[in-house]
Amino acid sequence: MSEEAARRVREMVDAVYRSDSRRVLATLIRLLGDFDLAEEALHDAFTAAVERWPRDGVPANPRAWLVSAGRFKAIDAMRRRARFDASLEEIARRFDTETSDPTGRDEESVEDDRLRLIFTCCHPALPPDAQIALTLREVCGLTTEEIARAFLTGPPTVAQRIVRAKAKIRDARIPYEVPVRGDLPGRLDTVLHVIYLVFNEGYSASAGSSLTRPDLSGEAIRLGRLLIDLLAEPEALGLLSLMLLHESRRTARTSPAGELVLLGDQDRSLWNRELIAEGSALVQRALSSRRFGPYTLQAAIAAVHAEAPAAGATDWAQIVGLYDVLARADPSPVVELNRAAAVAMRDGPLAGLTLIDGILARGDLADYYLAHSARADLCRRLGRTTDARASYERALRLTQQDPERRFLERRLGELPD
Amino acid sequence: MKYLCLIYSDETQWPKLPKADADKWMGEYMEFTDHIKKSGHYVGSNRLQPTQAATTVRIRNGKLSTTDGPFAETKEQLGGYYLIEARDLNEAIQVASRNPGARHGSVEVRPVMDVTRP
Repeated sequence: MSEEAARRVREMVDAVYRSDSRRVLATLIRLLGDFDLAEEALHDAFTAAVERWPRDGVPANPRAWLVSAGRFKAIDAMRRRARFDASLEEIARRFDTETSDPTGRDEESVEDDRLRLIFTCCHPALPPDAQIALTLREVCGLTTEEIARAFLTGPPTVAQRIVRAKAKIRDARIPYEVPVRGDLPGRLDTVLHVIYLVFNEGYSASAGSSLTRPDLSGEAIRLGRLLIDLLAEPEALGLLSLMLLHESRRTARTSPAGELVLLGDQDRSLWNRELIAEGSALVQRALSSRRFGPYTLQAAIAAVHAEAPAAGATDWAQIVGLYDVLARADPSPVVELNRAAAVAMRDGPLAGLTLIDGILARGDLADYYLAHSARADLCRRLGRTTDARASYERALRLTQQDPERRFLERRLGELPD
Repeated sequence: MKYLCLIYSDETQWPKLPKADADKWMGEYMEFTDHIKKSGHYVGSNRLQPTQAATTVRIRNGKLSTTDGPFAETKEQLGGYYLIEARDLNEAIQVASRNPGARHGSVEVRPVMDVTRP
């Protein structure tokens, strides 16, 4: 084979790795029943592909070839280790007979394997940090170092979370399966929550000098798309819609100098119309199912904003109505706060302020900077400068994010003496 | 990305091992090396002579001093290393966990600094 042809095969192997390595891994985990063994087998399968495809040609179904090669390599590795540990011979024999025809399975079961992988990585028995790290590494294919960079932590910390999570999956025998219908809503919630956390970390990074980390939002959206391809549940549609609608405003959300720009002040011509159209269509689909929940409702609110040609043309009555439904579906002080802000837009600052003071008087959201900055804003609009100053200062003490701090400092500076 | 796997163990135990056990360990190391060569993880490796063969060199105030023995006295000593290529730290940990050294001593996995990256 010419050098040129060999290079083309290598590129082909790389392309297959990018497009299919996660699918192959998901199937190997099912066949071998062990994450580490499956990852080693995946690696060995691609090594074999680099060796053999230039010689034998690229197989007609590369994915099936890789699954088969990985399984074979794993049994081989077991046999090799069995020379030092006799108990492995039995396991190797079992694999050899029980999993004899991995390639005969149809496309649908391969897709099921991807879903199994997502549900296992997001199993509620694993700590939330571990769910996120494991999902990003095993489902999205990020490296430990990339995950550590995204979450501003050290690779050894992330590596340890992943090692521990895999040990727990093995030792606690967390099953590799899609939950049965009765368990599905609860388990799906955990998966959606993991995706939502990844998105939020990318959209409004909790600490650091930059406001957003687009890579993580991109991964979360990819995960959301994968999930609705595999399981088009209304709330999965709702979450993807919510993420796309937020993502559509990314450019408008920060000024060229890196400063935070609030929704009402954003240049709406910078909003990404394609993402808005896709997000709006998804939320319509979710709403029409009549089985929607909090993600869909938040997406519906985001869609009302997205449809307003100017901030002044926002349909605040509809937004308050959606918050009313959301407050019933998923009651929380944060939802109440957002509802209060919408009421202030519909009925005036005093109505909103009364609601926020009610939340704070109960002792809720005392350490939530957005509650104090929203209160400060309403006081400012009512001309209650002393109250506004106190609340901006309180908010400032509660946020660690540089652009948000600068925004609050700017507002403080703008108050009349 | 490259990782250096440093194998530490109590070197005083090696000479005390019966020949059959020592052969078994050696066999396992050879098996391991062979396997990671095939899998493409292997970059290089060496076994080191015991620390009694070590000399520590320092230059202080322009004067060369040499001392007999290792830089620091520890319960486990560096006995060898593998330089491996792995996708990420978790893959490197997986490879290191298959190293026989992880069972008779400990394997320290150190990412190699990539000077081409900022």
